[in-house]
Amino acid sequence: MKVALLELRRRPWRFAPAVIALVLLTVLLLVLGGLLDGLYNGFTGALRAQPGELLAYAADARLSMLRSRIDAATVAEAERAPGVAQVGGLGTALLGATVPGQATQANVALFGYQLAPRGVPAPPSQAGQVYADTSLKAQGVKKGQTLFLGPKRYPVSIVGWVSGTNFLLQGGLWGNVDTWREVLASARPDLMLAAGTYQVLTISTAAGADPTRVAAAIDIATRGTTHTVMRSLAVAALPGIKQQRSTFNAIIDTTFFVAALVVALFFILLTIERMEMYAVFKAVGASSAQLFGQVVLQAVTIAVLSFGLGALLALAVSSVIPPQVPLQLSAGRAIEVAVGLVVMSTLGSVLSLRRVVRIDPATAIS
Amino acid sequence: MGHHRAAALKLENVRKAYRSGDDEIVAVDRATLEIGNAEIVALVGPSGSGKTTLLSISGGLLSPSDGRVLVAGDDISGYDPKQLTKFRRENVGFVFQSVNLVPFLTARENLLVVADFSRRDKKKSAARADQLLDELGLEQRKANLPAQLSGGERQRVAVGRAFMNEPDLVLIDEPTSALDTRLGEQVMELIVTEVRARNTAAVIVTHDQRMTHHADRTLYITDGVLSDAPRT
Repeated sequence: MKVALLELRRRPWRFAPAVIALVLLTVLLLVLGGLLDGLYNGFTGALRAQPGELLAYAADARLSMLRSRIDAATVAEAERAPGVAQVGGLGTALLGATVPGQATQANVALFGYQLAPRGVPAPPSQAGQVYADTSLKAQGVKKGQTLFLGPKRYPVSIVGWVSGTNFLLQGGLWGNVDTWREVLASARPDLMLAAGTYQVLTISTAAGADPTRVAAAIDIATRGTTHTVMRSLAVAALPGIKQQRSTFNAIIDTTFFVAALVVALFFILLTIERMEMYAVFKAVGASSAQLFGQVVLQAVTIAVLSFGLGALLALAVSSVIPPQVPLQLSAGRAIEVAVGLVVMSTLGSVLSLRRVVRIDPATAIS
Repeated sequence: MGHHRAAALKLENVRKAYRSGDDEIVAVDRATLEIGNAEIVALVGPSGSGKTTLLSISGGLLSPSDGRVLVAGDDISGYDPKQLTKFRRENVGFVFQSVNLVPFLTARENLLVVADFSRRDKKKSAARADQLLDELGLEQRKANLPAQLSGGERQRVAVGRAFMNEPDLVLIDEPTSALDTRLGEQVMELIVTEVRARNTAAVIVTHDQRMTHHADRTLYITDGVLSDAPRT
């Protein structure tokens, strides 16, 4: 018989204030986490999906894909560097796309690629064919449709869907390198690139090779004209990513702290209210550890229950949020919030320990 | 416990004093008494006389400043708080002045909670709780919450709870203080019947001299001093 659970079942209204507060905090945590994930994935998806562990930029580009240019001779030097297994050229153009039937243009990032990113098929054989990121569906894009890119309205047809491949919050379009070159030439004739020139190289290392050593070897082989970094570093170097993550994480951490505070205050008040009952329990032989165990059990149960209700509410909230808002609810984030809530609730309930220990059983009889 | 020949409760020169600034307040002053098995003793005294302190010391809720306390032959005077908790769990039954049932537990669960803290065998505990409630005439009220019971029924549940751990000694604090004379008599009769039926020793603290005829012996306490006759 668990007294703590019986109390929860028979006096649910008593715990309602804590549950309501934790449900709202759960919604906040899930929505904040979902926004962070949505922003992060929307910013970085294209880079994180790259098949190689390494990305090589022009040395003077300061890890900016848009500024970087790597010519054919440098590509050949990189390919010959020790530890390199595969090198693929990658380029992008950020453009407005006219979607048939839509009043507003969709923001897209057109990629030309040689090595297929994770979840993306091999490059389409024909110029003008692209795979579109599923996020573009929200802007009215359909399979089989032709989009018109840039001021010169370069036509590309959608031949399939890919997901998680957006870049700088622009919907990813994935075509072969010829498509990318032609679009770039049509939109920005001043930036026209010579054949064999790419913005970035995505590089796979040979089995057993140390990627950091291979990166250094590439930069030596190209005589310092490239700056080769791990993919994770390239992702972190995107503008605003670090600030975005640290800001959101600070808010999320503060919310977890507030959750612990809510539970702590609630159970301190509840313990004060229960002094007489706990004194009787101690008088009839309950130990402080047993009573404290009851407090922790209630705190954990409340946290789990609140998380369940909060998750349902967050799903309802996400269904009414406009698709342009980059909210991405994921199982991983939900597990993180659930575990965080349980841990913080347990820590919060620990603040009642001192009061429980100090209850004098003699007060039951005096 | 296995000390059936030893006195149920033996106090030897028990003293309890509290410090209040530079002063010493003596709540119990050199109390000595012996209560035999199955003996019922009434402890009478006015408010502040030290009777509750004496009861608390006897039940391991307080430790004496001086003297020895033996329950069923075991000297509990030097027990630390952990040992006292175990001692109370296994050897003493309490009936509290204000009954003090857990409001969200049924009559049956109020008995089982004692066994729960002792981590006793669940089946045996359930059988004992049922048996006690049947004997107390509460077979139809087992599933009722305290708020659904009358004052007398609640008192009976409290008595049942005191016997749940098969104690050597039952300590009863002012069982009739909140009851009128007629109901008080009924409750005392019930308590005494139950105590006698289980061959257990009991100390009943009361300020109401009219209730002392239920006990085998009456002791008086005034200003912490225990005596066989009321002090004039």
